[in-house]
Amino acid sequence: MAVAKKVIHPLDKYLRSDRLPHIWCPGCGIGIALAAMLRGIDRRIREGKLDRNKLVFVTGIGCSARVSFYVDFDSAHTLHGRAIPFATGVKLANPSLEVIVVGGDGDIAGIGGNHLLHAARRNMDLFVVMITNFVYAMTGGQLAPTTPLRVYTTTTPYGNPEPPLNVIKLVASLNANYVARASVTTPHYIESFTYKALGMKGFRFLEVVSTCPEVYGRHIGLRNPVAMLEELKKRVIYKAHPVVDESDIDWDKGIVIGEYVVRNNPSYLDLIKRG
Amino acid sequence: MKREFLSGNRAVAEAALLSGLRFYAGYPITPASDLMEYLAERLPKVGGIAVQFEDEIASINAAIGASWAGAKAMTATSGPGFSLMAEGISLAVATETPLVVVDIMRAGPSTGIPTKTTQSDVYQARWLAHGDYILPVFAPWSAQDSYDLTIKAFNVSEKLRTPVILLSDAVIAHMWETLYTREPGEVEIVSRKKPVEPPEEYKPYKAGEDLVPPMAVFGEGYKVIVESLVHDEAGYYRQDTRTYREMVTRLREKIMRNIGVVYEHEEYWLEDAKIIIVSYGSTARMAYPVAKSLLSRGLRVGFLRLKTLWPLDEGKLSSALSKADKIIVVENNTGRIYYDIARIAGRDRARFSPILTVDPPGFNEVLEAVSRWL
Ligand SMILES: Cc1ncc(C[n+]2csc(CCOP(=O)(O)OP(=O)(O)O)c2C)c(N)n1
Ligand code: SF4
Repeated sequence: MAVAKKVIHPLDKYLRSDRLPHIWCPGCGIGIALAAMLRGIDRRIREGKLDRNKLVFVTGIGCSARVSFYVDFDSAHTLHGRAIPFATGVKLANPSLEVIVVGGDGDIAGIGGNHLLHAARRNMDLFVVMITNFVYAMTGGQLAPTTPLRVYTTTTPYGNPEPPLNVIKLVASLNANYVARASVTTPHYIESFTYKALGMKGFRFLEVVSTCPEVYGRHIGLRNPVAMLEELKKRVIYKAHPVVDESDIDWDKGIVIGEYVVRNNPSYLDLIKRG
Repeated sequence: MKREFLSGNRAVAEAALLSGLRFYAGYPITPASDLMEYLAERLPKVGGIAVQFEDEIASINAAIGASWAGAKAMTATSGPGFSLMAEGISLAVATETPLVVVDIMRAGPSTGIPTKTTQSDVYQARWLAHGDYILPVFAPWSAQDSYDLTIKAFNVSEKLRTPVILLSDAVIAHMWETLYTREPGEVEIVSRKKPVEPPEEYKPYKAGEDLVPPMAVFGEGYKVIVESLVHDEAGYYRQDTRTYREMVTRLREKIMRNIGVVYEHEEYWLEDAKIIIVSYGSTARMAYPVAKSLLSRGLRVGFLRLKTLWPLDEGKLSSALSKADKIIVVENNTGRIYYDIARIAGRDRARFSPILTVDPPGFNEVLEAVSRWL
């Protein structure tokens, strides 16, 4: 804090640069996702649609959740799985705040799955970004609810016997106003979807398919960050109007990204006439 | 001051509103549901909000979030739901979040008997969560006391930036009694201390003399850091012994240094007492008349009612009990406060009269339990 800020990058103004270097492994996709999100946020701030002093980052626990360490906004690094209810309390106590939740797939859809589905059902006024790396990375490579069938993880040494959860399908089936998917191989979509979500009300959900070369890469034989990114890039298919039925993540058939749901249902705050 | 007729739960709700409650989060559970139902009606009328969440885990985390957005927040539950709140309690402790958690005891373990009370969750209130910490626990014995201790719970939580547990029980919660409520201005209402320094100089966990850091909340431009990991004054995660030691020591000390504010008990006829009966909560409602009747029969009996169950002011308690030959603890469990009294007053003087009942104990039942030591 005492350190004078030296601006080397245009996004430095949104970072607690005295906390760098960050903890992420070289080649990790989370940094790409954060930078792209910050560009979307920056556009809203420059437009005067968002006040940086009214922006709150709420995260749970995990590699992805560590983004709250580095952003120079009000931020909360809370409990594993509990970022959504914490954020809900924040938003309802002060509706003038824009509250963004970021977390891993385990954090948001595993241990926090119950909160996710109820926040979506309520159309709670939150923007939730889930970073899917297909594994519990921070704890060293255990099974996540998104881990594909048959993949070897440290807790499925004979291959994962469980079909993965399609979180896009889950959230889309509920009352969310915005459901989109991007990939760290397409940061411009992370940016534009973030930008768009920040102009909407209600529950907004963005899944970012990411790369974890350190842990997941090891599991699937793609330990090299560049190779992993290249492999993911080959599989990502952007569609301007994707349908939920094509949202299953399939490493062989491809991963469809785009905006699955855009609607204008009354948000929770509309419904309770607050804010 | 106004004379009213309220249940224990409604007294808690009214006192919370007077204290400035603006955010309530909860999940239905007997015997706490009616507290939420009442607030669901009352809170929106004062510009607040009550939300029924998907579970108690969400409830406590939402209440913590609301507190960081500047609202006075509360949740209420009973044993099973309180168990689910454990991790949230530890988050509130570590992040120094003002928060009131009402736990209305019923019979356990497990689902137990939802509609009936015991006093089995005294240790749960003290030590529910993981980690090295203490937090204040208050136990009312009447509707009036529910009202007064709720105001105290809010004031202490705001003054010391800590979660506070109000440990009521099924009897107190649903019993209707007359009580005196206060009007705004008739009682001191404490709110968290705000920073005086500009945002560039503010450190969210830097405390002054009183060991309680001023609290900036979200949206004020302070770029607050709420940190669940062990952190330094800036809120930055540190893994070293020094930071850990400083944090854990200060969290404890900020409460112990204010033990005079936190701790309270009531004394009856202690001056000449050779025998002191100690009790609390709904059980004290019958231990008190038993003590009084023994006194009227010529026995030198005194009565001490604990209002604060944690932390205890050991010095104050020890001197209050110093002249008695025997101290008889009456509580509705297999031994909780008894072990504290035995430690503080000495095993040779401490006696235990457990009452294991799910119905409010009768006069004779308590008299019999106490009489074995007379
Ligand atoms: C209640 C609780 N259980 C378990 C943990 C240990 N834990 C920390 S992070 C994590 C999983 C992280 O996976 P994910 O949420 O997918 O995030 P990633 O690290 O992959 O970004 C777990 C299980 C914890 N902190 N709290
Ligand atoms: S373990 Fe994986 S997800 Fe975590 S920082 Fe390293 S590469 Fe990223």
